[in-house]
Amino acid sequence: MKFGVVVFPGSNCDYDAYHVLHSVLKQDTVFLWHKDHNLQGADCVILPGGFSYGDYLRSGAIARFSPLMCEVAEFAERGGLVLGICNGFQILMEMGLLPGAMLRNKRLKFLCQFVHLRLEKEGTAFTRLGRRGQVLRLPIAHYEGNYYAPPETLEELEKGGQVVFRYSDREGRLSEEANVNGALNSIAGIINRRGNVLGLMPHPERASEAVFGSQDGRLIFESLIKSWP
Amino acid sequence: MKVRILVSFKDSVLDPQGQTVMNALHTLGYGFVKNARQGKVFELEVEGLSREQAEAAIPELADKVLVNPIIEKFSWQVLET
Amino acid sequence: MIDPKILADHNLTLEEYETIVRLIGREPNWTELGIFSVMWSEHCCYKSSKVHLRKLPTEGRQVIQGPGENAGIIDIGDGLAVVFKIESHNHPSFIEPFQGAATGVGGILRDIFTMGARPVALLDSLRFGPLGAGRNKAIMEGVVSGISSYGNSIGVPTVGGEVTFDPSYSLNPLVNVFCLGLARQDKIFYARAGQPGNQVLYVGSKTGRDGIHGATMASAEFGKETEHKRPNVQVGDPFKEKLLLEACLEVMDKNLIVGIQDMGAAGLTCSTTEVPAKSGLGLSFNLDLVPQREAGMTPYEIMLSESQERMLIVAEKGKVEEVRQVFAKWDLEAVVIGEITSGGRLVGTFGGRTEIDVPVEAVINRCPVYNRKFEPPARTAPRLDWESLPQPADLKAAFLRLLASPTIADKEWVFRQYDHMVQTNTILLPGADAAVLRIKGTAKAVAMTLDGNAAFAALDPRAGGRLAVAEACRNLACVGAAPIGVTNCLNFGNPEKPEVMWQFKEVIEGMAEACRAFGIPVTGGNVSFYNDTEGASILPTPVLGVVGLLEDAAKMVTPGFKAEGEVVVLLGRNGPELGGSEYLRAVHSREEGPCPGLDLSEEVKLQELCREASGRGLLRSAHDVSEGGLAVCLAECAFLGNRQIGCDLDFGEEMRTDALLFGESQSRIVITVRPDDLDKLLGLARKKHVPAVILGETGGTDLVFHHQDREAVRVPVAEAYRAWKEALPEAFLIK
Repeated sequence: MKFGVVVFPGSNCDYDAYHVLHSVLKQDTVFLWHKDHNLQGADCVILPGGFSYGDYLRSGAIARFSPLMCEVAEFAERGGLVLGICNGFQILMEMGLLPGAMLRNKRLKFLCQFVHLRLEKEGTAFTRLGRRGQVLRLPIAHYEGNYYAPPETLEELEKGGQVVFRYSDREGRLSEEANVNGALNSIAGIINRRGNVLGLMPHPERASEAVFGSQDGRLIFESLIKSWP
Repeated sequence: MKVRILVSFKDSVLDPQGQTVMNALHTLGYGFVKNARQGKVFELEVEGLSREQAEAAIPELADKVLVNPIIEKFSWQVLET
Repeated sequence: MIDPKILADHNLTLEEYETIVRLIGREPNWTELGIFSVMWSEHCCYKSSKVHLRKLPTEGRQVIQGPGENAGIIDIGDGLAVVFKIESHNHPSFIEPFQGAATGVGGILRDIFTMGARPVALLDSLRFGPLGAGRNKAIMEGVVSGISSYGNSIGVPTVGGEVTFDPSYSLNPLVNVFCLGLARQDKIFYARAGQPGNQVLYVGSKTGRDGIHGATMASAEFGKETEHKRPNVQVGDPFKEKLLLEACLEVMDKNLIVGIQDMGAAGLTCSTTEVPAKSGLGLSFNLDLVPQREAGMTPYEIMLSESQERMLIVAEKGKVEEVRQVFAKWDLEAVVIGEITSGGRLVGTFGGRTEIDVPVEAVINRCPVYNRKFEPPARTAPRLDWESLPQPADLKAAFLRLLASPTIADKEWVFRQYDHMVQTNTILLPGADAAVLRIKGTAKAVAMTLDGNAAFAALDPRAGGRLAVAEACRNLACVGAAPIGVTNCLNFGNPEKPEVMWQFKEVIEGMAEACRAFGIPVTGGNVSFYNDTEGASILPTPVLGVVGLLEDAAKMVTPGFKAEGEVVVLLGRNGPELGGSEYLRAVHSREEGPCPGLDLSEEVKLQELCREASGRGLLRSAHDVSEGGLAVCLAECAFLGNRQIGCDLDFGEEMRTDALLFGESQSRIVITVRPDDLDKLLGLARKKHVPAVILGETGGTDLVFHHQDREAVRVPVAEAYRAWKEALPEAFLIK
């Protein structure tokens, strides 16, 4: 399986995603330059975390106009696998590939910490190796991860089973306290209806090696690899 | 022509920054402030557009780039011609 | 045209001015005067500190670059090197906390990547006035969010540091920023000119009027009118710097450039003089070609602007086009503004006229050096009179109060705002004795710590210098790392005051002695004088940044207890030393000495023992005893594991219980070992002649301290944790 990691100006988790895919999981992995019009035959496109264009207008708002994003949109349209992590998730929403938007964290502070996530949807290309109700431990690092969508959209997401991860405590219970950034319905990650585009705020690439005390992030990458025929 | 575009959260969206500002104003004794919303301002210097063309072009670019219509709304005005 | 007022505005003395006239053979024009004034400022040329800084050891087998460049470089094997440096951004952070701190981060990052290293870690030493008073809370919030905003955006993790509080920092916060980068030894770059004919390129942001005379501002005392210096503050653009970082590393990787220098303090002036001076050459350029953000800038303003995110690059003529292409790829301009010349002069034209014509050597190397008068203060530090110090009836309450003192309390409120994990190297997160980063592609890890105890330095500057080095190295020993290099940030008051100069000299001599004892070179650093506001100086505050190496990252040791039923051992000796302690300050509101004693040879042995024991896998945890003494150290061990674990311990020494629990005797490390490994550990300690005392066992949900068989303190770990954990967030709640 071939992975393509998109590099925008201001991306800063591009090398981290590359490292896990290439050096840890030994997958064929390439960087995709945002000004190109070429996905280099990638089977899965990763939009990494960071501050694309400094996040100066809104998180992810300018990156969506990068030349390569035309190809990414078409690729997703054709059913190609796209994973947006943190800033990548924000870009996917700005592009309209996923519904909703991010507001500032409820306490108006950047948050970098490990959180617990309850896996809500098993069997997707990104969660094939997990089971519903399972609790993962992954780090977050963001200022704007407070998920928002208008009530109709939210209802649609919930009804359609598109919520993949929610912030929870270590036992998988939802609470105000565990919902560190104030996201609606504790939403940490969602998938599109077709099941080929996933966005999540936590960073699976930061928890994919034993030295970091959690390897739960591998579940997502290894599910993708497993999904590939 | 100079154009000013004001972007703010929709009324239905919680604005924690505005809330914080309001709380601070209350603490400082300005209890008469009943609500505060925070937003952003863009000032664009525009060239070669007639007033009519601007009427069409400014909302278009605001909608497409400057504003995230899911959470934000905007208004605009011509500052100088 | 030059009168005393103008000289005073430029912080130049009449003698200095006469030297300038002699060196250039005529009266300088306005622009040239500006050039000399910034380059001869304390901040840029260390004129008051040089004579003392020379006393620091700077050599060592692994030193690739000592002081004198943007940063020091140490060989870590495998063809790799670490490049590191610490800088202060105190004055700008008082004037505008957010931007001051943010641009401090931006500046130190440029120092590192200018040399060809990718920055991999940031640490900050921050000092503020008490949070309940004045603007201190707002200053701290601004500084922390400024650091967070810049570091997080550019994607360099802020992995550690320290935050402490003292009233002397109320009008003069300290923001010392440390950065470490990783470079391949064959890709290291310096501020060099190569040969005549090489092209001089300006890259990065455009030049605006910001920060004009920032360097001279950092060299003068604060007064009320400094508030009006606000327009001087530079604004940082981390996004632009991220592009600059990637573009610079790319032209270096492709070997397209000859030399490079960042435009930090003193901007274009510093880079256009240092680059040719270091190669014995000259530089000629056209000021009109310098990209400008504002219309109508004068040559003086262009030369002295401290706009951020700019670099000067020297490249051979044939490579210019390729350099331009790389910068264009990253949406940056690279403009040829001049070329390297023979003859050693800086010549700048503006509007077709020669505006600058000075010998670079005079600007760079002829700055006057002062051996300023030093004198110990007339009043010596007060000494603790034990009789007058009542032992608290409720030791548990005193303990909880100590845990909640802002200097000791948990700093998660701060470091949670920093992205400390980006780049996926951080294997020991903030809050431990040192930050540890693995080095991808090797088994190694690099450890870093920032340390300095101003309370000790205030009581006895020489001892304070020694203690700072010892504690920093001890922090590294706790994680299992051996120190390999030091950078220091020396924050002091006005050097024209003899007692401040005496403090400075004493601190340096103390540091020099300790560095020699540990065999570690000082590879650079920064001196920040004039930390005075309205006539009052800050406490003398030496901050040490020490870098260490772990040959095997898997052998890293962390401070938290790992399991129940493990043996708690104290390495080192308890003494009745309460002088200068946080306990005296936080519980009794007293600042009295003497500061704790330190035997450097015992300290060295202790650290060797700790490293050897961790290398053999004997240590389950290790934590240094520092502010708050044994009790606080043990509480932190109980908090910092994967889950909270208590302990039940017994201390036998004959001394007052408060001195035993909260005294800050040096050369102590608390470790835990598995019962099966205890004999091996004790044997090793005997061999190394380090005292090792069994204190008791881990386990239970309480922290229990017995003193001479009497229960002195019993407190549930959870209760102690709350006091420690909630102190800072509570201080910041909006009332």
